[in-house]
Amino acid sequence: MKKATRAAYGEALAEYGSNEKIIVLDADLSKSTMTASFKELYPERFFNTGIAEANMMSSAAGMATCGKIVFASSFAIFAAIRAGEQIRNSICYPKLNVKVAATHSGISVGEDGATHQAIEDIALMRALPNMTVIQPCDGRETKQAVKAIIDYDGPVYLRLGRLAVEDIYDNSYVFQMGKGVQLKDGCDLTIIATGLMVKPALDACEILKTQGILARVINIHTIKPIDKNILIKAARETGAIVTAEEHNIIGGLGSAVCEVLGEEWPVPIKRVGIEDKFGKSGKPEELLKMYGLTAENIVIKSKIAMALKKK
Amino acid sequence: MEQKLLLSLKRKAAEVRKNIIEEVFSANSGHPGGSLSCTDILTVLYFKHMNVDPKKQKDPDRDRFVLSKGHASPVLYSILAEKGFIPKEDLVTFRQADSYLEGHPSVKDVPGVDMTTGSLGQGISAACGMAQMGKLDKKNYRVYAILGDGELQEGQVWEAMMYAAHYKLDNLTAFLDHNGLQIDGDITKVMSPEPVAAKFESFGWNVIIVDGHDMTQIDNAIEKAKDTKGKPTMIVAETIKGKGVSYMENQYGWHGKAPNQELRDKAIAELDAYIENLGV
Repeated sequence: MKKATRAAYGEALAEYGSNEKIIVLDADLSKSTMTASFKELYPERFFNTGIAEANMMSSAAGMATCGKIVFASSFAIFAAIRAGEQIRNSICYPKLNVKVAATHSGISVGEDGATHQAIEDIALMRALPNMTVIQPCDGRETKQAVKAIIDYDGPVYLRLGRLAVEDIYDNSYVFQMGKGVQLKDGCDLTIIATGLMVKPALDACEILKTQGILARVINIHTIKPIDKNILIKAARETGAIVTAEEHNIIGGLGSAVCEVLGEEWPVPIKRVGIEDKFGKSGKPEELLKMYGLTAENIVIKSKIAMALKKK
Repeated sequence: MEQKLLLSLKRKAAEVRKNIIEEVFSANSGHPGGSLSCTDILTVLYFKHMNVDPKKQKDPDRDRFVLSKGHASPVLYSILAEKGFIPKEDLVTFRQADSYLEGHPSVKDVPGVDMTTGSLGQGISAACGMAQMGKLDKKNYRVYAILGDGELQEGQVWEAMMYAAHYKLDNLTAFLDHNGLQIDGDITKVMSPEPVAAKFESFGWNVIIVDGHDMTQIDNAIEKAKDTKGKPTMIVAETIKGKGVSYMENQYGWHGKAPNQELRDKAIAELDAYIENLGV
């Protein structure tokens, strides 16, 4: 079944919202971020801040000092980037219990175009001390991630998408914050993906298999703190890595993987992501193809990484 | 306010001012001008109105204070020392690498500090969040905040002004430390936020204008704010930057500069003479 991670976020807030410590803030986008479902059930604990994200983030911090678990939602571009300094100084520095749940990340925002497509948010949020960065890949993972961050005391950036994505997991899945998930085993190389790029990574694995190449596939939902062990093990056992993310290749998952492996277990790495340029208007699927965020591109980069390994 | 209390508050304010000078002198860094300008406000708040207790620091029912103009940390630390939240002897470690007394207030590091501030415009928003939760949880606590007048140039302040009025946060009382000076000079020359009172009124706040060094006026305004229902109150306090230290008064150069030994001695002597004259 296809479901956008933002939709699963809305469902999760409704499901877990009976916890009276939970407060939800939104900046006039509740129907898009899907926080409206919480608002309907718990109107007294929902506050619309209007189109004023800076005030939303710092108010969220003030609420958190009163013992609340505060979800502050907007589009990623306005949450992480417009209000980035409020997230840093009001939330991360004092390590307050605020969950910045940002929807509409990446170019799969589609028709709204570059002004509304955050492709730098992982880089910014990941660089903040005390911040945890999570990007789920499907609806089930999103719901469990929401549950997990409610139980975790501290700032979290939850990166969500607008586009409906296919299920990766079945009902048996158990989300563990900070743990990478091996989806396929293989010995020739490892594809490490996050968010909506997990599906193309699995598709790439199938394509490679028909060509006699066995790829391991890992989903990294917690980009910070990243699961170093699963990365080092993959590098050691498969000797080549391809990363895949719907984010600028500067500063995101690819960079995080390079940082770990560059220090711990250097192997050839190729990064699939947005090649340091802005997005544009178009249909989401069309844009993903145009920017090379496809299984086919992962296959191409996989072969380059493997060729480097043979040298 | 009865005369005896007024005199003791005046004496307390002078002690707080002495602490400010010692903090900034020891650090050879910090912001004396804007600390001295809001000293009388903080003294009345902490020693007459606020329900805070160093023995119950995280009491959910306590009143909250947010120093939105976080660079005035010397006055807040000085007050917290006088209230018994932090040892007075620690004040001279202000801004040192081995001290918890950060250059700007940090809620995780300094006992009695309710919110981390320093990046202008953010504290007043946090105060709104605290006041909103007070309403939600049906608590009787009040939230106080102090804004600088230069700080009004931050757009976020006006987002917060809208928010507080929209949600009728009558448990929130903010002060404007209207000393008229910012780092680069006269606020009306750098980027005028005037007319401030009319702006707050038009944003839906109850506005009271006081002489920010007249403790009786400050006290009365706080009482009026407590009685005002349905809207937050902004007490526009007309103040003098550097108040209480003659050579610092109305001099924007003392916004973020420490006195040398000679000037430190002069300031302390002036404040001691002031205390002597009070005769308490």
